Amino acid sequence: MTAVLHAASRDVEVSGLNVHLNELGAGEPVIVLHHSTGPLLGAFHDRLALSHRLICVDLPGYGQSVRPVRARSPRDLAIYVSQLLSALELGPTHLVGFGFGGWVAAEVATMNQDSLATLTLVGAAGIKPRAGFIHDPMLNGYIEYMKAGLSSDEVFDEIFGVEPSKDLLDLWDYSREMTARLTWKQWMWNLILPDLLRGVRTPTTLVWGSEDRVVPRDCAEQYLANLPNARLEIVEGAGHLVELEQPHAVAALVVDAITRAL
Amino acid sequence: MFIGYFTERPYQDRTADWYKASGVGLLDLTLSNGVIDADVQADLYHRYFDEKLYIEEMGFDGVMLNSHHSTPFCMGGGPMNLEAAVLARITKKLKIILLGNVLPIWDDPMYLVEELAMIDVLSRGRLVSGWVRGTGRESVAHNAQPPYNWERFLEAHDFIKKAWTQDGPFRFEGEHYQYRYVNPWVRPYTKPHPRIWLAGIMSRATIDFAVENRYPYVMLDSKLELTAQVFEYYREKAREHGYQSGPQNLGYMFKICIEETEEKAYETGRKLIEGAGNLFLDGSQGQANPWAQNLPGLNTRKASGYLPTAQYVHNIESRGLNLKGEAIDFTAQAAETPAEHEFRRKQIFDGLLERHAVIVGTPESALKQVRHVLETLRPGNVIFWHGDGDFTHEDTMRGLKLMGERFLPAVREIGRELGLQGAWEADPNGIPLEPADELAAGV
Repeated sequence: MTAVLHAASRDVEVSGLNVHLNELGAGEPVIVLHHSTGPLLGAFHDRLALSHRLICVDLPGYGQSVRPVRARSPRDLAIYVSQLLSALELGPTHLVGFGFGGWVAAEVATMNQDSLATLTLVGAAGIKPRAGFIHDPMLNGYIEYMKAGLSSDEVFDEIFGVEPSKDLLDLWDYSREMTARLTWKQWMWNLILPDLLRGVRTPTTLVWGSEDRVVPRDCAEQYLANLPNARLEIVEGAGHLVELEQPHAVAALVVDAITRAL
Repeated sequence: MFIGYFTERPYQDRTADWYKASGVGLLDLTLSNGVIDADVQADLYHRYFDEKLYIEEMGFDGVMLNSHHSTPFCMGGGPMNLEAAVLARITKKLKIILLGNVLPIWDDPMYLVEELAMIDVLSRGRLVSGWVRGTGRESVAHNAQPPYNWERFLEAHDFIKKAWTQDGPFRFEGEHYQYRYVNPWVRPYTKPHPRIWLAGIMSRATIDFAVENRYPYVMLDSKLELTAQVFEYYREKAREHGYQSGPQNLGYMFKICIEETEEKAYETGRKLIEGAGNLFLDGSQGQANPWAQNLPGLNTRKASGYLPTAQYVHNIESRGLNLKGEAIDFTAQAAETPAEHEFRRKQIFDGLLERHAVIVGTPESALKQVRHVLETLRPGNVIFWHGDGDFTHEDTMRGLKLMGERFLPAVREIGRELGLQGAWEADPNGIPLEPADELAAGV
C-alpha cells in the first residue's frame, strides 16, 4: 500500500456514538466513505488531498468507530453519516462513497440531499442487479472477496503482497462481521432505493471499473436511470476496487465532478 | 444412569462416486443434492426407524436425534422434528431427546412451540427438547444472520417457554420475534413444560445459561480430559448459583462399537469415522468448510468465551487470520496410494482409540474402557454413538443385540456402583448448597 500523507485523526460524537475521522489535505472539504472491507487510506487519498481537504469517515462499526449494536441496515449508518454532516457544519459538501460506502452515500442523498454539493458513487452497491448477484464474501472468505474486487489476482499480490499483513486480515475479518450485521439479507441491496433516488437532484458521478466483478454494471445503469442528474464514467481495465488500481484516475474524476458543480 | 443411543443417520450410497469410504477428502458444503437417489433415501429413513424400534427392544432408555443441514452425514436436518413425531407414535418407552433444534435459524419459532408440544403429547411426556446454536452450516442453510445467533437463541428460548407455560392469548414483542396473538392449540403433555437440555463443545455462555436455568448439559464427542475440565466448570458455576449439581445434570456422548471379537470390533468400529461420517470430527475423511463453519459474528471474538474443548486456535485460523491468502487445497490431503491410505486410516483410528474417543471391543473388554470414561467424567447420562458413518444395517443390528444382551446391564451396574444417577433418577435442579458450602462458594 502507498504511504498516506500526513493524516490527522479525531473522534466526533454523533448521537452518543464516537465516529472516527481521518483528515488530510486542505481546501474544499470532501467526505469519503469506505468499502465494506473497512477503512483503508492509500494513493487515491494522497492524490485528492493535494487539492482538497479529505474527511475520511470510519463508518459506525468499522475501523475505529464504535459499533452501533442496534444498527440493522446500511440506512441506519446513513442516518449517522447524515447527522455527522450536520455536526461538522460544513454546509453543502462533496460526498464520495466506495462500494458499500457508495450505497450508504446514496442513502444519505435520499434523506438529506440539501447537505450535499456533489455525490460520487464508485462501484456502489445498494441496488439489486437485474441479472446475477452482487459478489458475496460470506461463504468463501474475505481474501477471495478482495481478489474478486481487483481485475486479477496478480494485482492483489502487487497491492497487498502475497501474504497480506495481520493488520489487514484483522481489518477485513472485523469489517465483514459488521457488514453481516447490516446486510446479511438482502445481500447488498435495498428494494426501495431506486425509487427514492428519483427525488435526488444532487449532481452525481457514477464511477465503475470496466472489470468490476463485485457489483454488476447493471447496478450502475440503474443508478443512472433513476438519478435525474447523474452521469457514468467507466475506468477501463480496473476492477471493483477502482481507487486501488487506478487511484489517480479516480481522484481526477472526483476533482472533475466537483469542478463541474461549481 | 440414563443410557441413550445416537446416530447421525448418514446418507449412504456406496455406488456413488462421491461416497469415498476408501478415502478422498470431501469438502463440506460442496456436494450437490443432485446425487440423492429417492429409493436410497427412502430405504435409509425406513432403516433408521426400524433400528430405533430395536434400540427400544434392546433396553436403551432413549434415542437422541440431531439436526445438521445440507449435508450427507445427517439425514435429520430440517426433518428432525418429523422423525421425532414418528418415533413418538411408534415407540412406547424411549425418551426422545432432540439435541437439538437450532433455535436461531427459525424465523418463526411458533412452529417449534406447536410441533414440540405435539411430540410431547403423542409420546405422553417422553420428549426432551434440546436447544443448540448450530454450526455455520445451519445458519447457511436457513440464511440466518450469524451475528445475532446468540441473541436469537435466547429470545426464541424465552418465547417458546412462555408459550408453553403461560395461558394464552398473549402478545409477544421481542427484538427478533414478534407475535400479536400467542394461543397455540396444542399444549405440552409435560407440566410445566418438556424437559430442556443443552449441548455443545464451544461456548462458555451456553454452559452459563444451562446452569442458570438448571438445564442438563451434554458434551458431544469431545476429548476426555478437556470434557472433564468443562464438567468441572459446570459444577463451579452451579455452586456460584447456589446449588450442587450432580451426575444427573451432565451428559456425555461418545462412539462405541461392540462385537463378538476384538478383531471384528476394530474393523467395524473403523466404519464410525468413514463413509458419510460427520465432517467436523477428528478422523473423518471429509473436511469441514472453514469459512462456512465460522461465519462472521457467529462466535465470540474473545478467547475467554470458549470452552477448553473448542480448539480456539482452529477457530481463529478458520476465520482466516493465519491464512496466507492462499486457498486451502483440501483434496491434497488424500492419500496417493492405497497403502498410504491404509496406513493413515490405521494411524488416525488408533489415535482415537488411544484417547477413548472411540471405544471398541467385546462386551467385556469395552466395559473396562467405559468404566474409565465414567470414572473420569461422572456423567449420569451417557449416549452411545453407534450405527454411523459406513455402518450397514447388519452392523448396527448385530451391535445393538450384543449391547442389549451383554453390555447395557453391566454399564448400569457400574453406574449404580459409582452413584451416577441419570436425569430421571435425581432432581435436575440439583441439591441446594448447605450454608457452609454457600459461604465457600461466595453465594
